Amino acid sequence: MIASVLELLFNGLAYGIVLFLIACGLSITMGLMGFTNLAHGSIVMFGGYLVVALMKSFGWPFLATIPAAFVVCALVGAAFERLLFRRLYAAGELNQVLLTIGLVFMSVAIATYLWGAGQQPLQMPSFLNARVSLGLFEVSSYRLFLLLVGGAMTVLLVLVFERSNLGAQVRAAVDNRQMAMSCGINVDRLFTAVFAVGCGIAGTGGALSVNLLGLDPSFPLRYLVFILIVVTVGGSGSIWGTLTAALLLGICDVFSKYYVPEAGAFTIFAIAALILFWQPQGLFGRAVT
Amino acid sequence: MTMVALKSLEPQRLLAARSRWRPAEIAFWSFMVASYFLFPGYLVLISQILVAGLFALSLDLMLGYGGMPSLGHAAFFGLGAYAAGLLGQMGWGEPISGLLLSGAIAGIFGLLCSLFLSRLRTTAFLMVTLTLGLLLREFANRWSGLTGGDDGLSDIALRPLFGVFRFDLSGNTAFWYSLCVVFIVFLLVRRLVHSPFGLALEAMRENERRAAALGISPRLVVIAVFTLSSAIAGIAGALLTQTTSFVALEVLSFERSAGVLIMLVLGGVGTLYGAFVGAAVYLVARDVLSTLDPVYWYFWLGLIIVMVVLFANDGLVGLLRRLQAWAVRRWEAA
Repeated sequence: MIASVLELLFNGLAYGIVLFLIACGLSITMGLMGFTNLAHGSIVMFGGYLVVALMKSFGWPFLATIPAAFVVCALVGAAFERLLFRRLYAAGELNQVLLTIGLVFMSVAIATYLWGAGQQPLQMPSFLNARVSLGLFEVSSYRLFLLLVGGAMTVLLVLVFERSNLGAQVRAAVDNRQMAMSCGINVDRLFTAVFAVGCGIAGTGGALSVNLLGLDPSFPLRYLVFILIVVTVGGSGSIWGTLTAALLLGICDVFSKYYVPEAGAFTIFAIAALILFWQPQGLFGRAVT
Repeated sequence: MTMVALKSLEPQRLLAARSRWRPAEIAFWSFMVASYFLFPGYLVLISQILVAGLFALSLDLMLGYGGMPSLGHAAFFGLGAYAAGLLGQMGWGEPISGLLLSGAIAGIFGLLCSLFLSRLRTTAFLMVTLTLGLLLREFANRWSGLTGGDDGLSDIALRPLFGVFRFDLSGNTAFWYSLCVVFIVFLLVRRLVHSPFGLALEAMRENERRAAALGISPRLVVIAVFTLSSAIAGIAGALLTQTTSFVALEVLSFERSAGVLIMLVLGGVGTLYGAFVGAAVYLVARDVLSTLDPVYWYFWLGLIIVMVVLFANDGLVGLLRRLQAWAVRRWEAA
């Protein structure tokens, strides 16, 4: 009994960490510029397909594809920010939502054209196909790997965000953009950098989680919802909020799928709705002034 | 956004000027009637356009006039569709009362939601409506005993309209029925946006604080318009059920919520007619492009949206208006 609860908790944490990786970039960019980017899930999907393509067509080892996914996704994100999204910061959230939904639809079609409509099975290296004993209970080594890598990235991210000069600039700009600009912070350039890093992390999340979340062209639409729920429940612009929300929702989802499988995703949506009814700005969000 | 005739400051005269029927409007509805004779082979598609147009109109009331974008409007459309389907299955086959009852159910649900939603604005509003839509879809998906789950509802028996006109396969009755229902609801909406309430709604969209200072209660206005919009969306959903005798889970999907937003923006937000123009262009384009290749319809759809956002922010109706203004200027210059 305790072992199975612990194992579920572990699986929930691994899932939550992955949710955090794919959602944190969006949370920061939404908090920083108020830019509602629904195409964030497309970047996650792109990271996943990049891994599949590198491994299958070029024979790269799995571990080598992860940093590649980060770099490529960051570059793609920066390019989109500079060329397209920048024009829409002042255009209101409706235009942002529409434009990025358009991009989601295009990315779905492009992925279908390039890789076909089916699921992409990925052959993991053998050390990620084992079971590892953690004393009381056994876990899959793939989930342990996700938790370790994701946890390390999270710690790094939180350290940069909380302790570095760059992080202080980002926090200042989220709090009060006008004032940050008056202090000589180049918010435009800062935003491009944050956007690129956010996309890079999202791509890495996608690359890591191909075998956990599955990968097919409808991915951006399917996970868009989860990403947005994590961001809104956590409160956009708050890294702690996003982390809390991601872990909470990950654990709740795993437990509800185990104990009440007939409810499906309903539990998650209901929890999210309840939290939002109670705290419309999210757990750690601030009221918009 | 329509900000015509700000010069005439007397509200009554402004409203009277706005609510006058223009030749283009009469031409539009005449064309809808004539389409029965012009495209006899496409009656089913035209009925679908009317239903989608009505759904988009319900969103236009909220978004175009009230400035509240929703990403989960399919919740109310789907609720109406399922209500009509269940009523039909339970033996309530009379179409008009079934339609009104379904609209009322969606409206009541909308009222309950709006009590809470009226506290929210912009992004929070978008996210909560999105969650609401997902919640309802998942609910219908899971509670398959009532809703049929993935299989949807079929065998919806509908009695003949007024006891005379049968709903046949060729879609004759469905066409006229849809056209009449849509026209009647349209008249109501048109009357509403050209009333003092409509002005209050627009005032709120432009500047909520000033509107409140003028004695308009933003909360009450939001609740009223959201409830009404939900009821109309429910009527549109019920109309879809009644004209196709089938309910699919898809009526509650995120794709439908996004689709209706796209139709509206494509046609033109805050113009009333944009809803129908957008629905027509969207559905005809989907019909043509998906016969070419169903998968890549998504690509063209995405491209159309991106182009509209970047280059034609006021939609097709706005484009037509600009063309008309340009033609008038040319003609006067000549």
